[in-house]
Amino acid sequence: MGQKYLLGNEAIAHGCVESGVDFVSGYPGTPSSEVIDVLRVQPDRSYYIEWSVNEKVALENALAASWCGIRSLCTMKHVGLNVAADPLMTSAYTGITGGLVIMSADDPFAHSSQNEQDTRCYAHFARVPCLDPATLQEAHDMISEAFALSEELGLPVIFRPTTRICHSKGDVDIGEKVTSSRKGEFHKDPRQYVVIPAHTRILHKKLNEKQSAIRKRLVERGFNTYTILGKTAIIASGIGATYVQELLPEGISFMKIGAYPIDEEWLGDFVKKHEKVLVIEELAPEVEEAVRQVAGGVPIFGKKNGYAPYEGELSPTAVAAIMDKAGFLNKKLEIPEDPVPNLPPRPPILCAGCLHRGTFYAIKKVFRDAIYPSDIGCYTLGLQLGVVDTTICMGASITVASGIYHAGDPRDIICTIGDSTFLHTGIQGLINAVYNGANITVVILDNRITAMTGHQPNPNTGVTACGVESPPVSLDALCRACGVSFVESIDPYDITGMITVLQEAKKRKGVKVIIAKQMCVITARRAGVKRGKYMVSTDICTGCQTCVRFGCPAIEFTDEKARINELCSGCAVCVQLCPVGAIVREGKK
Amino acid sequence: MSESFDILIVGIGGQGTILASNILGEACLLEGRHVKGAETHGMAQRGGSVESHIRINGLFGPLIPPGHADLLISFDLLEALRYSHYVKKGGKMVVNRQLVLPTSVFMQNLVVPSQEEIIAALKKHSLCLLDADKIAEEAGSPLSQNVVMLGAASLSIPLKPESLLEAVKSLVPKKTVEINANAFEMGRDFGRTC
Repeated sequence: MGQKYLLGNEAIAHGCVESGVDFVSGYPGTPSSEVIDVLRVQPDRSYYIEWSVNEKVALENALAASWCGIRSLCTMKHVGLNVAADPLMTSAYTGITGGLVIMSADDPFAHSSQNEQDTRCYAHFARVPCLDPATLQEAHDMISEAFALSEELGLPVIFRPTTRICHSKGDVDIGEKVTSSRKGEFHKDPRQYVVIPAHTRILHKKLNEKQSAIRKRLVERGFNTYTILGKTAIIASGIGATYVQELLPEGISFMKIGAYPIDEEWLGDFVKKHEKVLVIEELAPEVEEAVRQVAGGVPIFGKKNGYAPYEGELSPTAVAAIMDKAGFLNKKLEIPEDPVPNLPPRPPILCAGCLHRGTFYAIKKVFRDAIYPSDIGCYTLGLQLGVVDTTICMGASITVASGIYHAGDPRDIICTIGDSTFLHTGIQGLINAVYNGANITVVILDNRITAMTGHQPNPNTGVTACGVESPPVSLDALCRACGVSFVESIDPYDITGMITVLQEAKKRKGVKVIIAKQMCVITARRAGVKRGKYMVSTDICTGCQTCVRFGCPAIEFTDEKARINELCSGCAVCVQLCPVGAIVREGKK
Repeated sequence: MSESFDILIVGIGGQGTILASNILGEACLLEGRHVKGAETHGMAQRGGSVESHIRINGLFGPLIPPGHADLLISFDLLEALRYSHYVKKGGKMVVNRQLVLPTSVFMQNLVVPSQEEIIAALKKHSLCLLDADKIAEEAGSPLSQNVVMLGAASLSIPLKPESLLEAVKSLVPKKTVEINANAFEMGRDFGRTC
């Protein structure tokens, strides 16, 4: 069909459409989200598509669809695969019928994540194939390969791009869209789909017997390749291979790994033809361990002997430094200048007018010496406001709060969790806290959307991934059904009201839930909500900086006075904070 | 390193760096050139420091190594200084004369260099400094600042101005095509004076 300038995730989405995908599910997570965001807005869509409530739910749905003989895609970020690990491990036993591709996007350097885990380890653990693209074109082309491979082997195939694939851009050759005519049909086969011990023992043996065929097939299909040019060699995988190719001096052999598991015999033949071998890959030493197993006496350079780092992401500069250290670069590195030191940082910050800032302000006001467990979302940025004490993984705010309470800490505990995160894995923690008699306050930060990953709808929004109306979940009724008797909904732009409700919650025993409900300021702007702007009346401003400490990017402080800049979205929370009434609506004095 | 022409676009999340990089990418395609790039998505966008790498004729990875950018386009003075070590010897800088102070400066009482100090530090490179907001307003909308910046930078970019202009027209909202075409030409006119 021709060439297009595409984001990696757009190229991946296009690969799915060209493969005639029938069923798509997933949970948003940077850097994976745009694949479904692109697929869900295609006008002439012939596939079913959903945002699921979490990754386990998404994968079980996709697995069932593939059991019915249709091609299914399930997308998530690397840590989402932890949530989906339960169905993943056993889906390798049951196998699949229609192709099942699980896209789990890794995030080396944790640009937008809580850790730097490596999806390839899960593939190894589950004993399923894993494809690891090095370029956008490969990412696009690998999707149709992944579906074909999945069907040929009868196994789910994991597709593992990284941030620098998902969020890089380039010219990509794309093909024609394919409209599938497959209809799903479930054929009962308890020996395959009911994993009671008697069945699962046999299924496990079958999975193990497939392994050697998988290894051979991945080499035959050309995912793993090499060229022999000399007595020394570099083996690289994923985007690391692209950086190596940019720097590779003449006369050095090169092996590129794009799929796992790696065939040992094939790998051993290559390694043994060389006098020394350097392995370059991001995150876990997955390739390096395979290389070391077949190396015999050939010296191997990599993470395990300190030539390459285990953590962070690779870059041309990092790869050049590794090659230099291991003696694989024949010219000296040009060391560029250092960055200018001591510049004030500009980290991401809650937007001007973000509902969470008002909520955090009120929490800090009422619960002064409390413990503040929090969760994963834009509101993790509340760290800058001193109201986030813990963040581990999705849903771990309420559970950490009840754990700290039962550990015996006498301080007040008040935790924060977003609406999407609450529906993802927060509900069980709430039921558990009520059931076991915790004494905590839970604030659900309800902006009715999954904001951080790009404003995807969730069951609280009232629309599906495709924009079809659906009944929004009642968080209030849900919390009451979990056994919470104190459930209050409040607009966090109303600071006085927010403070009153928090004070009431503080007085009571047991689990209290406050739902702080207001539209995400970005969604509101897109929906055309205009609240007008505010300004500081400099005659009245005393320069006390109460508003500055609120931390809104619309409030500056120059010449001993506060000033409101053009970022103001009109939430008017600062108006309520100013002790002298110096903040007024623009145009009114 | 490959023989690509490397452009780093930096600014603050929300200023339109991604649109600027898309225009460059599209223009490359119009000229049948390869192009690679990388950008900031997700939470990091929320008012934080953002960067877009574009490698015209790029065949390998999307990242520009520090010390290798042929051109730095910055929407903010402080961000220009933060990324100035990416510019190679003899490289160019096109910088908007605007200094948005990070909220951290007010919250933590940090010292921030003055406009004059920043400009003096940037001058060791070939610097084109412009008031993109004023030019954008003259062109018809303050929202066209990013296209003004591209116009000013276009004299240093190895792509035909016609390709860039065509890419601008195909990527901006339909209602604003005329304004943005103006913004590009006015930016380019200013670039000639640098």
